[in-house]
Amino acid sequence: MLSLKLAYKNLIGAGLRTWLNVIVLSFSFVIIIWNKGLLNGWNEQAKRDMIDWQIGGGQYWQKDYDPYDMFTINESHSVIPDGISDDIQNGLLTPILINTATIYPEGRMQNVLLKGILPEQKILKLPTDKLQKNSDEISILIGSRMAESNKLQVGDYFTIRWRDANGTFDAADAKVVDIFHTNVPIVDQGKIWLSLEQLQKMLQAPNEATMLITENNSVEKEEISGWVFRGHDYLLKEMDNLIKMKSVGGSIFYGILLALALLAIFDTQILSIFRRQKEIGTEIALGMTRWQVVRLFTVEGAMYSVFAAILAAIYGIPLLTWQAKVGLAMPEGTDDYGLPIAKSIFPSYSIGLVIGTVLTIFIATVIVSYLPAKKISKMNPTDAIKGKIQ
Amino acid sequence: MQNSQIISIKNMKKQFPMGKGKFTALKNIDLTFDRGEFTGIVGPSGSGKTTLLNVIGSLDSPTEGKVITLGESIGALSHKKAANLRNKHIGFIFQTYNLLPVYTVYENVEFPLLLLKMPASKRKKAVLDSLEWLGLTDKIKSRPGQLSGGECQRVAVARAMVKIPEVVLADEPTANLDAENSHNILKMMVKLNKELKTTFIFATHDEKVIQYLRRQVVLKDGKVVNIKN
Ligand SMILES: Nc1ncnc2c1ncn2[C@@H]1O[C@H](COP(=O)(O)OP(=O)(O)OP(=O)(O)O)[C@@H](O)[C@H]1O
Ligand SMILES: [Mg+2]
Repeated sequence: MLSLKLAYKNLIGAGLRTWLNVIVLSFSFVIIIWNKGLLNGWNEQAKRDMIDWQIGGGQYWQKDYDPYDMFTINESHSVIPDGISDDIQNGLLTPILINTATIYPEGRMQNVLLKGILPEQKILKLPTDKLQKNSDEISILIGSRMAESNKLQVGDYFTIRWRDANGTFDAADAKVVDIFHTNVPIVDQGKIWLSLEQLQKMLQAPNEATMLITENNSVEKEEISGWVFRGHDYLLKEMDNLIKMKSVGGSIFYGILLALALLAIFDTQILSIFRRQKEIGTEIALGMTRWQVVRLFTVEGAMYSVFAAILAAIYGIPLLTWQAKVGLAMPEGTDDYGLPIAKSIFPSYSIGLVIGTVLTIFIATVIVSYLPAKKISKMNPTDAIKGKIQ
Repeated sequence: MQNSQIISIKNMKKQFPMGKGKFTALKNIDLTFDRGEFTGIVGPSGSGKTTLLNVIGSLDSPTEGKVITLGESIGALSHKKAANLRNKHIGFIFQTYNLLPVYTVYENVEFPLLLLKMPASKRKKAVLDSLEWLGLTDKIKSRPGQLSGGECQRVAVARAMVKIPEVVLADEPTANLDAENSHNILKMMVKLNKELKTTFIFATHDEKVIQYLRRQVVLKDGKVVNIKN
């Protein structure tokens, strides 16, 4: 209790020096929480986008399907099992058929993946209702990245060339009926979306599919023979790893920040050995024990972080809440990170994050205050009283 | 009753390390002090007055010999016990005031009582009383930086006296005071000494102090050369 009281008096009495330290430390509170919150928000948003646009509640893969093997992709489809047609009707599942192809927009050439999807599906956010069913013309959807890199606009035609299930080359013209915007690059880059029926016809693979995407909230994942279920854990693993790498980068950043703040406190405490030794010697002469001196200095250090936490709360809470509401606009071109990234990221702060940060900083300040304090207390009081630098 | 002797020093020597060798600041000191003394250690600058007070007050330990203050053997005390001895029984007045710069006058005087864990109401009365004795009532909220040298000196005296210790060790307590203030403080110390049997040991070469002393221990080059009663 005494050390609390004295530490409080010492800090208040020291005035500006105290407030400078407190301000620096409060910055690290706010920036660390903001930075981590931003990563959390990004993480959550990226997962949500992946689920909305690409993976749904998990996917059944035709047993041979391997997304990384372009040579087997065209053989990895089979007939959609009879038993699940109700589920498809009810929107619990939607089949996708995938095949490689080459397109020739304006005389150039690009390898793409054709993806057949039911126009009436609601599981993925793709505007598939724009696809015309049963028309002679092939109508296709592309994403904005794809449109930009191939200079395609709605209403444009280009040639698609593909091999059907028998290995025979075929070609036809396709018309861009819509261009969609998505945060998820893999739905967009190098993908051509068209009606499932259309693609089945083109490949001469009636009623076949490469994967079945489940609706996100459907809980039961029954086994379907000949098909392998891939859940979120599997499908988001790569993204999780990417995000983990990003948070390591983030940790380094806020580690440096925290180190700077702690250095300020450490510095103050070390300086105190010299500047305040007369004071400390006097306190010892007046009957303070070494342990009381150590405790006083340690409590002073800890008190910095308490003050800083209070100050950080005063300006940080409104600032961070506002930021979580309006989001942080990401610069153009951040797509290249390889992660789905929105135009704006909305930071997401958890109680654990806040408490964890406060505790970490608190413990760290206690440690950097304790170390110099221990040194101080070993000073010879008669030298200290004279204020002799040793 | 024979416990009137509260400090005894036998064949004490104090050396400080200096470069490769040692500097002998005090040697062959044999002294005793009785309860209720009003004694000065006098001598020229550098004769060892402050060093002697520091050893008596357990801030420093003797290199050789025995020093017993209030029943405690100074060289053998743990840090904790020494702190306890100073806290409970010894009031220091330093040559350089040594006020705590961030505390107000009131807080400076209150400090020893906080260490003693004296209850708040008793503490307040004691602080206000001692500030009144020393004519500092209107400076209660000032910080040391805002005080004159003499005022600082008076705060230092108030801080030493506030807990009414058994022994007050005063190192040049009047060095920065004018004649009037010096006499006021000394008269007050004499009064405390008479009424409460507080023992006063001064280190001084100030004539104003010397005329109040009942005994003088004269130091020269670290040795006691004379004792005047
Ligand atoms: N920590 C120390 N290390 C080395 N020498 C010291 C130390 N403290 C004191 N001395 C020396 O011991 C001698 C006595 O010092 P002390 O401070 O006791 O003198 P003093 O009588 O109080 O003098 P003054 O009247 O100037 O205050 C001096 O020569 C001083 O240089
Ligand atoms: Mg001296």
